[in-house]
Amino acid sequence: MTDLSLNADIVREVLVGFIEDEVTKAGFYRVVVGLSGGVDSSLSAYLAAEALGPNNVWGILMPYKTSSPESVEHARLVVDRLKINAMQIDITPQIDAYFDCFPEADHVRRGNKMARERMTILFDQSAALHALVLGTSNKTELMLGYGTLYGDMASAINPIGDLFKTQVRHLARHVGVPEVIVQKKPSADLWVGQTDEEELGFTYEQVDQALYLMIDKRYEIANLVACGFDERFVRGVFAKVQASQYKRRLPLIAKVSHRTIDRDFRYPRDWGI
Amino acid sequence: MGRSFKIALAQIQPALGDLERNLSLHEKLCEEAIAEGADLLVFPELSLTGYFLKDLVPSVALTPESPALTPLKELSRRIAMTIGFIEEAPGHFFHNAALFLEGGEVRHLHRKVYLPTYGIFDEQRYLAEGDRVRAFETSFGRMAILLCEDMWHPSAAYIAAVDGAEFFLVPSASPGRGTPQKGIFANAKAWELINRAYAQLFTVYIIYANRIGYEDGACFWGGSEVIGPSGECLAKAEYLHDSLLLAVIDSSEIRRARTMNPMLRDEKLDLTLRELQKIQERRS
Repeated sequence: MTDLSLNADIVREVLVGFIEDEVTKAGFYRVVVGLSGGVDSSLSAYLAAEALGPNNVWGILMPYKTSSPESVEHARLVVDRLKINAMQIDITPQIDAYFDCFPEADHVRRGNKMARERMTILFDQSAALHALVLGTSNKTELMLGYGTLYGDMASAINPIGDLFKTQVRHLARHVGVPEVIVQKKPSADLWVGQTDEEELGFTYEQVDQALYLMIDKRYEIANLVACGFDERFVRGVFAKVQASQYKRRLPLIAKVSHRTIDRDFRYPRDWGI
Repeated sequence: MGRSFKIALAQIQPALGDLERNLSLHEKLCEEAIAEGADLLVFPELSLTGYFLKDLVPSVALTPESPALTPLKELSRRIAMTIGFIEEAPGHFFHNAALFLEGGEVRHLHRKVYLPTYGIFDEQRYLAEGDRVRAFETSFGRMAILLCEDMWHPSAAYIAAVDGAEFFLVPSASPGRGTPQKGIFANAKAWELINRAYAQLFTVYIIYANRIGYEDGACFWGGSEVIGPSGECLAKAEYLHDSLLLAVIDSSEIRRARTMNPMLRDEKLDLTLRELQKIQERRS
């Protein structure tokens, strides 16, 4: 087993510093964060409360009628523990109104629509509150493409996007996220009974080991197999990473000029701030 | 033999691409260091511009004669300093460079020789490389500037040492990499190892000034330090926080270290040159 532990004190300080620095130098002092009741968004909220003060953090709960009651309950627990601001917006009316026109839509379409509905609410509330949207996607799901493009993957800044799920859990425990949240089965909660690991076909512990070696340590598939990983599993993971590359990039732009965005027009994101 | 002086390291967060703000920050730090009785102030790499400039490089470039630098040159009558900037050289080549200012004048210009272009770095895309490593005289003794990645090439440190530098000024903009497991980022630990090893191998003072803050999510880890010529850490700034690190340097320590460990005396320059020449001939 590769050691994926982290020095939680230092990583916490780096991530809290990141939120404070990147928010304030952009001219903001507040963030909004969608709270699902899961460990990722809970950790983001904990880090933001520490960076900006609980008064400057808005936790937005956006359940759909089929969302697990536990999700709202756990999100409320985070709000109460951190004493951050909270807002609950039921997305059922707008989702149902849309799918009344497309009753044949499968649960993936419905799930993606919900994720994007939540995104539009977060960005709208960020405008109302003069806040930035804080991201909650971890490195595992970003690498696997296990997220909705322009949905839960959308944010202004993301403090946990370079931490594997295993490391998110470690850090969440360290900052005091309630154990009931850290321990529960991860779920996008997009349909009843959904769990990440069942849908993905492996556990986060398993895939984090492979991803860490593949991404951070540049192991080729043959190297991973030589280390004892099952070849089918590793090829499956690699295929997910490859197939989801588009989700981690801006849309392709047809190049015709001398300077095209992100190809040869290259300025830092922190340009002028 | 030797003298004692006080050195200050400005562990700051420059604003990315904002010369005006950074010049004010430099002036402020100069005043603070003067108030602390410091004789020499070392700023991090690209302290006047910030690091991940990308296409901003030509917009923030200066020459050593630029009027924008006049206030710092004036301040160098009261405190010597090393500053980092983008230099526009004749021919419109842009260099990642550092100046040593003392007595109102530019005493030395170092253009970064080794431009990292891998992983998070992309310097060769935007910058021209320097073509020399030279030691230079200051009122504190003979020094050399090695800019960040220059230190990761032992040949550059070797040249500086055999050219007589007793102090390596190392302005740095090191972004943390390698998720911290024990202690700080993996690359920061490597830096600390290199600084101590070089100090001891070359019996020199290593004055390592790293910056802090974030650019596009990358975190500069700070941890500036002064390492003595026997490898001992004389002063160490906090990780991740701004700081004006102070250390009193007793340069007679170099004499003692070189008496006990006279490796530089025994260095075989002829052999090194001869063998390198042979290797070069074989390669070409």
